Order: sequence, then C-alpha cells, then structure tokens
Amino acid sequence: MSEIELRRVGVRYGPVEALAPFDGVVRSGEWLGLIGPNGAGKSSLLRAVVGLVAASGEVLVNGEPLASHTHRRRAQLVAYVPQDPLMPDDMNGFEYVLLGRTPYISYFASATRHDRTIVGEVLERLDLAHLGRRRLGALSGGERQRMVIGRALAQQAPILLLDEPTAALDIGHQQQALELVARLRAEHGLTVVSAMHDLTLAGLYSDRLALLHEGQLVASGPAMDVLRADTLREFYGVSVSVHHEPDGTVVVIPRRVAAR
Amino acid sequence: MRSTVSPSARLPTEMATAAVVADRVDDRAPASRRSWWYPVAGASCVLAVLVGTMIGPAGPTWWRVPLALLDRLPVISVDSGVSDAEWAIVWEIRMPRVALAAVVGAMLSIAGASYQGVFRNPLVDPYLLGAAAGAGLGATIALTLGRAATADWPVDPVPSVAFVAALLTVLLTYTVGAAFGGVRSSVTLVLAGVAVVSLMTAIQAFILQRNSDLIREVYTWILGRLSNAQWDDVTIVTPYVVASSIVLLLHRRHLDLLRVGDDEAASLGTSVGRLRLIVVVAATLGTAAVVSVSGLIGFVGIVVPHLVRLLAGASYQRLLPLSLLFGATFLILADIPGRVLTDPAETPIGVVTAFIGAPFFLVVLRTRQVAR
Repeated sequence: MSEIELRRVGVRYGPVEALAPFDGVVRSGEWLGLIGPNGAGKSSLLRAVVGLVAASGEVLVNGEPLASHTHRRRAQLVAYVPQDPLMPDDMNGFEYVLLGRTPYISYFASATRHDRTIVGEVLERLDLAHLGRRRLGALSGGERQRMVIGRALAQQAPILLLDEPTAALDIGHQQQALELVARLRAEHGLTVVSAMHDLTLAGLYSDRLALLHEGQLVASGPAMDVLRADTLREFYGVSVSVHHEPDGTVVVIPRRVAAR
Repeated sequence: MRSTVSPSARLPTEMATAAVVADRVDDRAPASRRSWWYPVAGASCVLAVLVGTMIGPAGPTWWRVPLALLDRLPVISVDSGVSDAEWAIVWEIRMPRVALAAVVGAMLSIAGASYQGVFRNPLVDPYLLGAAAGAGLGATIALTLGRAATADWPVDPVPSVAFVAALLTVLLTYTVGAAFGGVRSSVTLVLAGVAVVSLMTAIQAFILQRNSDLIREVYTWILGRLSNAQWDDVTIVTPYVVASSIVLLLHRRHLDLLRVGDDEAASLGTSVGRLRLIVVVAATLGTAAVVSVSGLIGFVGIVVPHLVRLLAGASYQRLLPLSLLFGATFLILADIPGRVLTDPAETPIGVVTAFIGAPFFLVVLRTRQVAR
C-alpha cells in the first residue's frame, strides 16, 4: 500500500511559477506518466514530491504527510531517479548501487552484510552482477541506466519517481529499461510516477497520463483520451497524426509541417 | 527502521538465493584491497619516523638512533652507545620536528581529501578555499596591530586569531561560491577562492606595508615553523587534529554519497547542507590549527589524496584513513632534505614539498597512464 496524494502542491522559482497548485492522487500500484513540453513543470512536480525543491501544499503517502517524516524515513518511502544522474567514473557498480541502502544505515554506521546481500540480489536481478566491480566510467549507456534503476531498487521504496528515465537511450535500451520498470512494478507492487518525452512510450507503459502545460494540469486520463491530435497541437504546438493499434496502443506520429 | 516497507523482503525466493548471490558478486574485492593498504600505510609511517629521527646535522651516528629508541622502550635494554647529549638532540630537536611533520601532514592530507569530497572538485585543497590566506592574515593582524594590546596576555593570541580568521575566510569563500554559482559549479567555487585569497593577501600586504618593521617576524611565522618545532607545538595542535580527523573519518561514508550529487544524496535521506557544514567546519578547524603552528605548507593536501586515489581507488572510505597515514609519511620524508640540503641553513618545508612532490606526482601520473 503506497498511495500518493498531492494537495495544492505548487513550486515557484522566484517570480516564476513552475507548477501551479496541483491536486492529485496516484493509487497504490499505479503508473502515472507525466507528459508535457519542456518547462511544463514535470520535473518540478517530481522534485517537489521528493523534497528537493521548496514547495507549497502537502504531499501525503498513505495518508501521512511526507514532511512529518525524517529525511531517512522519506527516502525509505520514495526513490527518485533524476534526469541526468551524476555517476562518478571511478566508482564501481557495487559501490554505486550500495548507496541506495543509505536510508537504512544509521548515521555513524556502515553498510551491513544485509545491505550488501540486498545489493548483490538487485545486481543479479538486473543482470548486472558481472559489472559489480567494473568502473561506472567503463559502462555503456544502457548498463549505466540499469545501474541507476538498481540503486533506486536497492532503496526498497514502494514509490518510484523517474525523471526522463530513457532520455539518453536508444530505442532498444528504452524498451529494455521501461520493461524492467514494468516488471519490477508488477512483482513488487511499486507505485511509479515517470516524466517522459516520448508520447508513444508514455502511453504504452503508463496506466494514466497527466499532461502539464506551463505549470498547469491540462489533461488527465488514459492514453486514448490524452493523446489526441488536437490536444497535442494546442499544447506542444506540434503537428501529429494519432494512430490507434488494434490492441489499444496509441501511436503518435510526427508529420511534416511544410507542404511538400 | 528495517521492518518498514521492503517489497523484496516479501519474496521468499530472493532471500533464499541472497547468500549465494552475495558470494558471487564481488563485494569482497574492495575489502581485500583495503586490508592490504592499511598495513602498508602504517609501516610507511613507522619507517618515515625512524628515518626522520636518524638523519640530521650533529647528533649520534644514524644507525645508533633506532637502538637508542629501542632502549627507551619499557622492558627492552640495549646498549646503543648514544650519549645523553646526543639523545637530547634526538629527543628535543628531531623528534618534535618529526612528530609535528606527521601531525601536520596527516591533517593537511585528510582535510584536502575531505574538501575535495564535499565540494566534488578534485582541485580544491584546504588552501584554495582560503584557510591559509585567512590564517596568514589573522596572524599578521595579531602580530602587528594587536601586538601592543595583547603583550601582557598569559596566552599567545596569534594561533587563536589565525584559527578564527581561517575559519571565517573559508566560510566567506563558500558563501560567495554558493551564492554566485551554486555549489554544483566547481569553477565558480575555485574562482571565489581565488578572489577571496587575493583579497586576504592584499589586506595582509597593506598591513605589512604600514608595519614594515614587522615583516620579518610575520614571514618567519608564516614560513618557518616546522624547523624550530617544540614538543609544545605538537601538544597544542594534536587535540584539534585528533578531533577534526575523528569527525572527518566518521563522515567518510557520507562523502562517498556526495559523489553522486547533492540532489541524489538528499533523495537518499541525507541532509546535504548540514553534512557539508560539518565537514567544512571540521576540516577547516584542523587545517587552521596546523597552519597556525606550521605556516604555509602547500601541495600536501592535494597531492597525497591524489596519490592515494591512484593507488587504492577513489572511495572515501579508504581515501580518508589512507590519506591520514600517507600524509604523515609524506611530510616527514619531505622535511628531511630541508635539513641537509642547505646545511646548516634551512630550506622552508613548503619549498621542499613542491620540489619533491610535483615531479614525483607527475611521474606517478605518467606511470598510471601507461599502465592503463
């Protein structure tokens, strides 16, 4: 059970309102996809939930305000994968994933055997065991992305926030990473909120999409309802055709604007 | 806390295979590496102390010194053939100097490594942020403007003033850097350090220019303190170094966490601002304390941590304790040429550290590049 409820959560950077007061509920086990053009407030929303930006309003997890918990307890509830994670070249994979255990290690203690066991298990699950000793700098883009997900997984938080998890990956690794998240979500009952640029992938993996535009929530619902040519033209300023596959998949195809 | 939501704990198969997995994954590799380097570092320290006490103008023949030292140990009795006068040279002149070099070298190295960790910038050393310039300015003020006012004080105020000034200067650099570029931008931080150091140096020059009769005293204080080390210096500075080192060592896991960035460290439940403040205060406290007795010894805080990184890896869990030990070794050894090179005059230790350290460092870098 890990339901997130946002009550009037808003973010301002000085005079700029990045996110207008936002209400919403993400049910336990649900995957919510945040979409919207650059600067729409997707990252700000995620960062507000983790507490990385000062935000107005209240974030509740399972009915309890996150702010009422200690930093460590919050990190046990919510794992966050930033858009562009800083991965030191000279840190090895095992050490990196072990950082995910931080919320469980008391201040002056060091990682226990139990922590190391969990990290070993996570590496094994993500097919990374052979890379545990490899320097992060020597890993490929796909392997690095799996390491980051591994670190979030070692955190054993029931809520997973992903900011553009596939931005730097080719189409094969995008699919691999999202399939991985989908599998882990199914197995562990994770609640997932992800900000994504690729609309087709967002629709494919999320249960529900929320379209943000200039800090406002402008559309929300299943991919079928949100990913419409007129909606996307209005908020992205893009010319697309939307195609519906027989299995319900919504495919967004960009079109040439200039007349040929 | 462990009983909280832990999804994977619900899966029995995972837990069953966990032990097997832990064996297959090489979480042991870093441990074996670690256990190998600690004795090496410790032994190098002991060797350096021995060599440091054996070499020097006047005093007993070099090979008799270890015998004399053995003779002083409880239970053991050895005929070393060292006279009382010769022993006095070893104990009152060489030993305090070796001990001070060890304490100063250890402190500068661990402080340098900690600064580098907390600012995520391998070019930061304790001096770049202004600890030395601040201490120098503080000492200058105390020795010039404050001399008359404090002449009858029972305690020499110079180290205290140097210490406080060093602390304030580093905080100024940090505040300026954070305000203009955020602490993520290492370039802004380095530039803030350059600006603040220039400002402090300018004020110091201005004060000295108006008190030119004291220039010699001030520069002696700044440059030459290792050469006339007393046991008193060692006992004054050691508590600061011990306290500072303990705090820094206790935070070495947190420094590893900062390597992935402030945001992720925060999202993993760490209060980054508080952590940074604790480490800066501890490292600055120790640095300021050793600068106030030893003057400016450059190069140590940046080179020793880098050598340790090249030898034993970049994890702060190993880096901090190894920097402490190798830093002591490095400065004891670096102090030896200064005593004999231009005998009987002394070469300032800071000159020697740069003279030996820089080429040595380049050779190590080069070897490492080729080996890779």
